[in-house]
Amino acid sequence: MEVIQVQEWLSRTNEDLQEQKDYLTSLDRAIGDGDHGINMARGFKEVTKSLEGKDFTEVSDVLKAAATTVMSKVGGASGPLYGTALLKMSMACKGKQVDYKTLIEMVEAGLEGIKQRGKAETGEKTMVDVWTPVLSGMKEVDHFDGERIKHVAEEAKDNTESMQATKGRAAYLKERSKGHLDPGAVSSYFLFKNLALVMEEA
Amino acid sequence: MKKLINNPDHVITEMLDGFVAAHEQAVKRLPDTTVITRKDAPVKNKVGIVSGGGSGHEPAHAGYVGEGMLDGAVSGEVFTSPTPDQVFEAIKAVDGGAGVLLIIKNYTGDVMNFEMAAELAEAEGIEVERVIVNDDVAVEDSSFTTGRRGVAGTIFVHKAAGAKAESGASLSDVKKTAEQVIRNVRTMGVALRPCIMPASGEESFELAEDEMEVGIGIHGEPGVEKKPLSAADDITEDLLNKIVPELELNQSDEVAVMVNGMGATPEMELYIMNRKVQEWLAAKGVTVSHTFVGEYMTSLEMTGCSITLLKVDNELKGLLDAPSNAPAFRVRKEK
Repeated sequence: MEVIQVQEWLSRTNEDLQEQKDYLTSLDRAIGDGDHGINMARGFKEVTKSLEGKDFTEVSDVLKAAATTVMSKVGGASGPLYGTALLKMSMACKGKQVDYKTLIEMVEAGLEGIKQRGKAETGEKTMVDVWTPVLSGMKEVDHFDGERIKHVAEEAKDNTESMQATKGRAAYLKERSKGHLDPGAVSSYFLFKNLALVMEEA
Repeated sequence: MKKLINNPDHVITEMLDGFVAAHEQAVKRLPDTTVITRKDAPVKNKVGIVSGGGSGHEPAHAGYVGEGMLDGAVSGEVFTSPTPDQVFEAIKAVDGGAGVLLIIKNYTGDVMNFEMAAELAEAEGIEVERVIVNDDVAVEDSSFTTGRRGVAGTIFVHKAAGAKAESGASLSDVKKTAEQVIRNVRTMGVALRPCIMPASGEESFELAEDEMEVGIGIHGEPGVEKKPLSAADDITEDLLNKIVPELELNQSDEVAVMVNGMGATPEMELYIMNRKVQEWLAAKGVTVSHTFVGEYMTSLEMTGCSITLLKVDNELKGLLDAPSNAPAFRVRKEK
């Protein structure tokens, strides 16, 4: 993975978030407070803007710049969670060429960051329920398989529909949180779907 | 959507400009931030108190900034926690050398963003303590969930901790006072109509004309139960029946009462609710030390109200009576 690909990855994720802003917000309105799409679209637009035309020497630097912007522009719970994830990913590849092994370490570090910051585990109807299977799926093979990652991420976000939330604002609904996709799981799916696309093209 | 706005993207900053223009004697805004502080911040050798949260709850929280209450308030986007950099700016601006207490409402986003800000401040050598308000009895309290939400009871935490800090107390003593309030304050709310987010223009939840949502949160997030709308006295009793057992109120106890409008509830209706609150408490032999009726913690134009009870002792009564020049909670100095 090169600098240009990380930039492309974040910029394509932004395109999805802009396009799906209302969809994400409608998911959040059902079981949260109805701002996930708005916050993510606002934050990632700023990320794309802040990375545009900048020269970065390594992948870690791009991720760090993105993390800082996400933390200061997204707000809500998604800001600290995605910001922490990107920051941990950046730290995991500092000074390194990003090969497949390093990429796995980055996703692992990102997931650990999310779990720590959000005090969440798997099965709680959160973004952790997408990141965890994606990481396992990546570990099962020895090279980047974009189709596989996209498929695992998609299935994982669909699986959140039947879960009962025990973390985040949806947890207040208890039983009533079932039957809805978790908005954070869906935005995480966009992130991995675009990672898969960008890496496949490389 | 019908709103008196110019552009949904500018509502926070335009509101804050107007707020400062209206209350210049008490507050100021930190340039290029959404932070409102006391006019004289930082106050040397006084514990600084910072609160904040998403916007849309006006007068919370900027309305509670002033002498005797908060030193700083941070406004996020509508119903969205402010970001760590903004909270950090507020902490730095109010630190007078005696440390800073953060009063956080218990929401996943708020707790995380304030926590990150506290980490940044501690890295700069500022002593920071945190309390998390969780007064909403509608939500089950369990270590396996996010826990209870912070709602209107937060205002009592602001007032008591603010007065304590003003008296020159140490950071750990101010924190103790805040925790005492948190242990003894409980709230429950009901909504008759949803609110509309400026950015999306959509109603926050659906409710039929003859329905109410019991246990409503303050972000338009649905409550715990939809029920047919009933008479004000019945609703009041229902809410009190959820709140009172939590406080283990006895005959000789004293409470402060807050009947809080959610944004679009006529005062007439709030007073009708309060009438029953007082009658009900009197019948139980509980004495009311203070009563606050009005809009303290709103949810844009949501229709509905919440009832808050705070069990008080002599010290807390004194702290509620202490002077404050916060625009939304003025208490005059006794002569």
